[in-house]
Amino acid sequence: MMLDPAGWEALRLSLLVGVTATVLALPLAIWVAWLLARRDFWGKSALNAAVHLPLVLPPVVTGYLLLIAFGRTGPAGRFLEETFGLVLAFRWTGAVLAAVVMGFPLMVRAIRLAIEAVDPKLEQAARTLGAPGWAVFRTVTLPLILPGILAGGVMGFAKAIGEFGATITFVANIPGETQTLPSAIYALLQVPGGEDAAIRLVLWACVLALGAVVLSEWLARRVAARIAGT
Amino acid sequence: MTLSVALQHRFGGFDLDVRFEAGRGVTALFGRSGAGKTTIVNAVAGLLRPDTAQISLNTVTFNDARTCLPPHKRRVGYVFQDARLFPHLSVAQNLDYPQRFGARPTGRDRIIEMLGIGALLARRPGTLSGGERQRVALGRALLADPRLLLMDEPLAALDGPRKAEILPYLDRLKSEGTVPILYVSHAVDEVARLADHMVLLSGGRVARQGPLFDVMADPAAVPLLGVREAGAVLRAHVTEHGLDGLSTLRVAAGEVQLMGVQAAVGAEIRLRVLAQDVLLSLDRPTGLSAQNILPVTIAAIREGDGPGAAIALDAGGDTLLARVTSRAVTSMGLTTGQNLFAIIKATSVAQTAISGGAISAKASAP
Repeated sequence: MMLDPAGWEALRLSLLVGVTATVLALPLAIWVAWLLARRDFWGKSALNAAVHLPLVLPPVVTGYLLLIAFGRTGPAGRFLEETFGLVLAFRWTGAVLAAVVMGFPLMVRAIRLAIEAVDPKLEQAARTLGAPGWAVFRTVTLPLILPGILAGGVMGFAKAIGEFGATITFVANIPGETQTLPSAIYALLQVPGGEDAAIRLVLWACVLALGAVVLSEWLARRVAARIAGT
Repeated sequence: MTLSVALQHRFGGFDLDVRFEAGRGVTALFGRSGAGKTTIVNAVAGLLRPDTAQISLNTVTFNDARTCLPPHKRRVGYVFQDARLFPHLSVAQNLDYPQRFGARPTGRDRIIEMLGIGALLARRPGTLSGGERQRVALGRALLADPRLLLMDEPLAALDGPRKAEILPYLDRLKSEGTVPILYVSHAVDEVARLADHMVLLSGGRVARQGPLFDVMADPAAVPLLGVREAGAVLRAHVTEHGLDGLSTLRVAAGEVQLMGVQAAVGAEIRLRVLAQDVLLSLDRPTGLSAQNILPVTIAAIREGDGPGAAIALDAGGDTLLARVTSRAVTSMGLTTGQNLFAIIKATSVAQTAISGGAISAKASAP
């Protein structure tokens, strides 16, 4: 399982991108899932479609759209650079954005299902007991949807680790900056004699994915037991 | 303490337009399923915003043309038909939930003791029986230190024995009398046992409202309560328990002997005398197996749409209700103001305790 320095770098970068993307996307995903599950508003279908778009679009298309919008000459890209000094194109931060966009629909779907499974009557009861809107969410809804959030988080993390098409289109394949596990495997397979190093990276990808699933199952079971009220 | 409600709400082709007041004690909101009871209670709780509404509790406006106070600012306790305990919290955490939001209830220990839930505090809601769950839900609502308690068919989801388990606690709560209660039900026996006032709903309107004893004895209420369920409620004092199992009770018009009375001598209980269990006789009958014969005067006769007629009888200040056939009214020549005798079988009376912690017993069927 030993990797060469470039391999370790790809692994490190993948974990960095995966964790950052998951942490950034989760709160937004919870909010959007809650909106879609519990609120009726003008443009709800449009929001739902926009959230799911990256799931159905070819990843290369998503990556190219990101490049148009968030490239250094794109409107959003120029705004971020001028206002915050934040450059996304061809940087690891851009890989994070690609991972967020691609993982977002998976997170929202899992969390939305969990929210829809929470009986709104419990939330009503909380309101009659003196809890204002935000507190109802924090003390009743949130604890009850924790398994869904965990599941969504793991899905998003796994997606971020494995994202290839949108990432390579948006931020290319720069070792040490944007070369994550899949891009590194892809690059190794393009050169003669790269198979050995590629196999080692493939094994690591398997270990990460399996580890994430096992961990989330274990956490979900603990949380579910706590919630089941027995 | 006065809750004043006036609201109009249209939903699913149903048109609700009601106006009533609820004062101290227990006010029953009675009506068949679909009469709009839950809609009214949800509007009072603030969980539903009616098309138009004027709702206030004392000087606090809940709803008017401009405002709709959110539920958490109303301090109205709500006991739902399904207990709605939070499954991720223990019983104790459920009970103390309102305190997270500023409720400062007095007498937490006393409430827990009154409801008999002290042994359940560490348990999870998932491990409780239906009756236990409902008692915890009641405790949680009380520990929110409410100005008004709403109870929406709190016993409807429970079977007979579980109901019997809860009712004494409701009696106790009622006798403490600290919180006015709006009690939604479609079970006449619960209402007859617990309520002080009654609001009868029919077709989205208030058909009758007033003190329980008056509404229950109103011949016009018979079709609304159901001809088999209608019947006056009397106050009775237990004077003696006979060795033969018959107890003697004093009512305004005299004495009645009943079976299976469990209240102590001296206790005041409620007797619910079903209208269909009251016979009428022009002369004082003799040679009859029934022992309870009361002299009465006809106060009102209301002929229904069918073959039956409801007759209100003045019994020494109490009102009894009898249901006879229209044919009997004609052949006996019954008219208002006429004196006659009402016969009640000792085995046919449903009894409900109202005070002194007495437990009710329903007389066994003959």
